[in-house]
Amino acid sequence: MYLAVKGGEAAIAATHQLLAETRRGDLTVPEVTVAQIKEQMALLVARVMNEGALYDEDLAALALKQAQGDVIEAAFLLRAYRTTLPRLGSSEPLDTTVMAIRRRISATFKDLPGGQVLGSTYDYTHRLFDFALTGSDNETEAVAAPEALDDVMPRVLDILGDEGLIEREAPLGRDATPEDITRDATTFPAGRAARLQSLSRGDEGFLLGLAYSVQRGYGHNHPFAGEIRVGEIRVCLTPEELGFDIDIGDITITECQMITQFTGSKEVPPQFTRGYGLVFGHNERKAMSMAVVDRALKGTELGETPTYPAQQQEFVLYHCDNVEAAGFLEHLKLPHYVDFQGELELVRRMRTEQSASTKVETP
Amino acid sequence: MEPGRTYHRKDWMRILARAKISDIATLLQKLPPLPTDELLRPAETGTVMVEGRAGGSGARFNLGEATVTRCVVRIGDHLGFSYALGRDREQARLAAKLDALLQDESRREELLGVVVAPLACAQEEARTLASRKAAATKVDFFTLVRGEE
Repeated sequence: MYLAVKGGEAAIAATHQLLAETRRGDLTVPEVTVAQIKEQMALLVARVMNEGALYDEDLAALALKQAQGDVIEAAFLLRAYRTTLPRLGSSEPLDTTVMAIRRRISATFKDLPGGQVLGSTYDYTHRLFDFALTGSDNETEAVAAPEALDDVMPRVLDILGDEGLIEREAPLGRDATPEDITRDATTFPAGRAARLQSLSRGDEGFLLGLAYSVQRGYGHNHPFAGEIRVGEIRVCLTPEELGFDIDIGDITITECQMITQFTGSKEVPPQFTRGYGLVFGHNERKAMSMAVVDRALKGTELGETPTYPAQQQEFVLYHCDNVEAAGFLEHLKLPHYVDFQGELELVRRMRTEQSASTKVETP
Repeated sequence: MEPGRTYHRKDWMRILARAKISDIATLLQKLPPLPTDELLRPAETGTVMVEGRAGGSGARFNLGEATVTRCVVRIGDHLGFSYALGRDREQARLAAKLDALLQDESRREELLGVVVAPLACAQEEARTLASRKAAATKVDFFTLVRGEE
């Protein structure tokens, strides 16, 4: 428990000023612009949009500037802003087969319809410093192939699906509106929709750690990256007043389909199972982590006994939200004077009682 | 305008939703000033919940929200709507106005030719160029035989 305390207005006003001065840094260095952050720190912007659960590159860039690059603080700004906006509707479910592909790879099939497209990636860089970047003359025009990529790229996992070797992913029943964790608190056992929504806004570091734990043996599954694709995808909406669906623009997304072996059960023949990751922006590590953890959380439905942290719904879903986690941890900085006074009194009394009883026992 | 290409209302709405206000304004300079509109629903920014499907083809789930701005105007007998991702309220007003005017058959050809077709062309070119740059990174992996004497 913490109690409201009064006072400190002048000190707080002064700290706001000091924060603004500190944020600006050395005045002889030009101030960074929001547009520069958006254009040149795009992967960071993507992370903030995911953890802030709101797609808006300009706002995410502004949040990063305001938060001096503190990702969780920036995500918190986005979450807070979101609560001030009315919800105008839900999009049609994204169709990832018709996105404008920027990158698309499979670690399970080398020859796939549409091809392997490396795109813009750090995977093949040497991790040596490029000191040319300390300067400001870094303009490069990428080469372009004579032909564009195919407009439609089939999902790699459908190749296995055609043979019945992988579990099917089909719409549920009447394809009902999914539950929304921003409106209804998650209850356990949580459905797949609530799990995926929690994971897509979950902390990248936390999910990476969990996915790594699964890979190291704390989760009974060995995943393969069946397909990772990155690109722009159209968002469609059917406004009630119009009565037909309209295309309202593109967002960048990263999708990851993990394949995991499953030995089968009495009802199900041996087959591969899936883990799914879908996130805003270009963010492969997050999408891959999400897919591995999604598969781990499906364990119960596949008859596996949840033994490890990554398989336990409550553990994963309650702790992956970094805005909530940071809020609870950092509230410890708020005054707990009365609480602590109570504890202090208790410890003093216990010590007094203990020394009194010791004296009695050793006359 | 490209010969033979027809634009339906959904097409121009899609193209206007992706157009920057500065680009629309530049093209409009070639035309006399637009008639005034009556604002029925002032431009408003909210969110749209973006949905995905588990595994790409399975059950629906909520991925996260995106900012969206909408506006509704009336010009004569026509209601003009705009919905576009982002928070540009002036762009939303102008797009809604154009949607109303484009429904007016006496104005449609001219607006399609002067505004919509050039925007569509530029958007298509940008998309194709980005795709060609991605295509340049297409790779053919081949497997080396290992461990044979």
